[in-house]
Amino acid sequence: MDAAGIDRALTRIAHELLEQRGAGESVALVGIRSRGDLLAQRLARKIQELPEGAGRPILMGALDITLYRDDVGLAAPQPAAPVIHATEVPFDVTGRRVVIVDDVLFTGRTVRAAMDALTDLGRPQAIELAVLVDRGHRELPIKANHIGKNIPTARRDRVQVRLLETDGADEVMVEEGRDAVDA
Amino acid sequence: MPWTRKDLLGLEPLSAEELRLVLDQVKAFKEVSTRSVKKVPALRGRTVVLCFLEPSTRTRASFELAAKRLSADILQVQPASSSLLKGESVVDTARNIEAMQVDAVVLRHNSSGIPVRVAQAIRPSVINAGDGSHEHPTQGLVDLFTILEKKGRIEGLNVLIVGDVLHSRVARSDFWGLSKLGAKVTFCGPPPLVPAAFEGFGARIATRLEDVLPEADVVIALRIQKERMEEQMIPSFRSYARLYGIDEAKLARAKPDVLIMHPGPVNRGVELAPEVADGPRSVILDQVTNGIAVRMAALFLTISAQEPAASSKPAAQTAAVSL
Amino acid sequence: MIDPARKLDGERDLLIRDGRVERVGKGLSDAGAETVELKGLWVTPGFIDLHVHFRTPGQTHKETIGSGARSAVAGGFTTVCTMANTEPPIDSVPLLEHIQAEAARVGLLNILPLAALTLGLRGETLTEMEGLRKAGAVGFSDDGMPVMRAAVMRRALEYSRGIGVPVVSHCEDKSLSEKGIVHEGVVSARCGLQGIPAESETVMIARDLLLAESTGGHLHVAHVSTAAGVAMIRAAKARGVRVTAEVTPHHLMLTDEAVAGFDSRFKMNPPLRTGNDQAALWEGLRDGTLDAVATDHAPHATAEKEAELEHAPFGVVGLETAFPVLYTRGVLEKRLELPALVAALTCRPAAVLGIQRGTLAEGAIADLTVIDPTIRWTVEPVRFESKGKNSPFAGWELRGQVRDVWVAGRPVLRDRKILLQNGETA
Repeated sequence: MDAAGIDRALTRIAHELLEQRGAGESVALVGIRSRGDLLAQRLARKIQELPEGAGRPILMGALDITLYRDDVGLAAPQPAAPVIHATEVPFDVTGRRVVIVDDVLFTGRTVRAAMDALTDLGRPQAIELAVLVDRGHRELPIKANHIGKNIPTARRDRVQVRLLETDGADEVMVEEGRDAVDA
Repeated sequence: MPWTRKDLLGLEPLSAEELRLVLDQVKAFKEVSTRSVKKVPALRGRTVVLCFLEPSTRTRASFELAAKRLSADILQVQPASSSLLKGESVVDTARNIEAMQVDAVVLRHNSSGIPVRVAQAIRPSVINAGDGSHEHPTQGLVDLFTILEKKGRIEGLNVLIVGDVLHSRVARSDFWGLSKLGAKVTFCGPPPLVPAAFEGFGARIATRLEDVLPEADVVIALRIQKERMEEQMIPSFRSYARLYGIDEAKLARAKPDVLIMHPGPVNRGVELAPEVADGPRSVILDQVTNGIAVRMAALFLTISAQEPAASSKPAAQTAAVSL
Repeated sequence: MIDPARKLDGERDLLIRDGRVERVGKGLSDAGAETVELKGLWVTPGFIDLHVHFRTPGQTHKETIGSGARSAVAGGFTTVCTMANTEPPIDSVPLLEHIQAEAARVGLLNILPLAALTLGLRGETLTEMEGLRKAGAVGFSDDGMPVMRAAVMRRALEYSRGIGVPVVSHCEDKSLSEKGIVHEGVVSARCGLQGIPAESETVMIARDLLLAESTGGHLHVAHVSTAAGVAMIRAAKARGVRVTAEVTPHHLMLTDEAVAGFDSRFKMNPPLRTGNDQAALWEGLRDGTLDAVATDHAPHATAEKEAELEHAPFGVVGLETAFPVLYTRGVLEKRLELPALVAALTCRPAAVLGIQRGTLAEGAIADLTVIDPTIRWTVEPVRFESKGKNSPFAGWELRGQVRDVWVAGRPVLRDRKILLQNGETA
């Protein structure tokens, strides 16, 4: 997936989000750090660039889900603590439809953690999920509402999303995995 | 650079990078305490032993809240219910606690070095909650974080630590943390209570408060114990207060934005005049608030850096590719 | 054969008859004698330790005269002086005779008891020094409980002049050391451990030297640990004061940096001092200011030592590591010549006591130690003969080991096996 592909996918998701909301209804986007929060910012810009999105109120937040992971202390071959970034959701999520934004949907564990993190901040009326890539292999009953692209992968493959802001280029790459990751 | 220490025993062993890493993490933990649901599941199913073998209310409460906000289970071990008394082998008792499959031991003891010895002997994380006159690393981190929050930097600040430095574990942890991060530390107090040896580590020693107070960006007043009078290290609380107590009159010559700190509990009218302790320059209550976030970070980082138990290896593989 | 008393260092034959050295020379032969070939090994006079704690009576869970004696023999010692701070302390003739009877029952080596200087080690009333001397006390000491009253020390030194045995002073001003546990300095400040200032030793050495000077009594300063102490003793000797002094292997080998890990194996009194002090101790040993190496062998039960640093008892064991440690880290690292080390363990402590041992001259009692300098070994306290495993040298890799020990012409250690009275191995 190249830069144009990513841009098209985000444009489509922006359309979908607006179609499903009444005129003037705000859009609340909460990106999962890191990259999900950058994609959420791009989505917000897309929405405002669209004719039907112009002037639409958009609420932005970012979640760090490290403290909600289910693998603390199990993660790395060299034991080291994960680095935690701040969770910044500067609006009240209670009663809102909140869209969680992430780059890749894989096992679903990250999204599970994000939902827990979000519900600790309040009681959203609904939680939706928007992802750039769905690569399959779910381990939890989780499904995205908005998908940029479905990419079939083998379980051991690695899917890398690179974004201009942090990685210098917009692209999605699938690296073929060899054997199981040595953990 | 990641955090890789299973124990937090003191600030002396930490590098400047490690200190910056922890202080950076504390911010994320502080946010949790601002929510209506002040709890994250990070340490769900983990057990933290609070082993306080010396009276402590504040530090224990702070650790207890920190552990609870991380969803850990807590076991309290207190002097009355403990075999960890004088003359018994502390390490032996710690091994017994370890055999209960706990994940972390928060240890306060009136003997210097006990957490160091215990950490060598057991697998769970050991967090030093104050050992004798040695170190009190979480309080040191609290002070660093509070200064950073209020002043925006630590490098280049003049920090004045006043009082019974000789017996103060807080003074030592503060000194290591502050000096590693580039602050200039001055110890000031009655000569028998200010060990000259610290000059060899780069601290400045002063006996007259009025000489050094005007240039201080931060003043950390230390608690003075009654025993010091019995040992004839100070003649009386009154004379101590006159020479080393911080009051408005002395502060008239200090920088207007000087921060006043104290690890608590304050002997009002001795180390700090009441109007100073409660005044606009005092950040004593911020220290208390930040204490919880610091201790959450300490618990989370040390437990996260433990060797994975052998049985959980397969789970680790799955986890490594799923996030 | 290394016999510093006669400046002998070379290959010799040794003929022993009836427990004494009959002849020393080259190419000796005697048709009736049993021949023991010791080629490639070193034979020295048996080692003499002026300062050990065998804990009998009263604290036999730490050590007994039996276990202490085996430990001494395993370390190459043929004579040891036991300190009087037992429970009860050796402050009367019957108690002294009890130690002597125990020592005789154990056999193995010469155990020479010191007697207490004051009743109950309380530093108030002198013991019956004359009677204790006649009963066999080789010196007087309240070791561990320094005599704080100068008048008592002065009186003791006055008596010692006539009696002809030393007053052994553990020089420590308790009002300065208080509840200190390590040397007061950079390490104590960093670790938050209560310090024992160097002056707690030096003010007492100064006092005792002045008293020895004025009384003419024989002062022996136990376990000197400070540079200033060495300097004062050197100056006193130069002006003719009757003073001798000893130094321990641990003070020669270690500094207060060792305590930074809060390990009670490095807690002893006097405490490990600074590198500067350590250098002065070596210099004092080289120039003779310090007469002897003494171990201050102080065994404690492991559980006692595992307590918090401030509650763990002071003291380390030393008999089984003394020579190999000082040889490996002293002689091989060129801090001391081998004959000087042997002298500090043989003829020089003998001279402190005024006993006719510590040499292999013809006619001398045949106490001798055989050393294999080629052996490489690692200190493992669990293998000590001593009940005390509290060694600061655990894990050290050493060169040279005592192989055989002969006491009065009779082997008590052979190929590192202890032989009982009847010749069987223990």
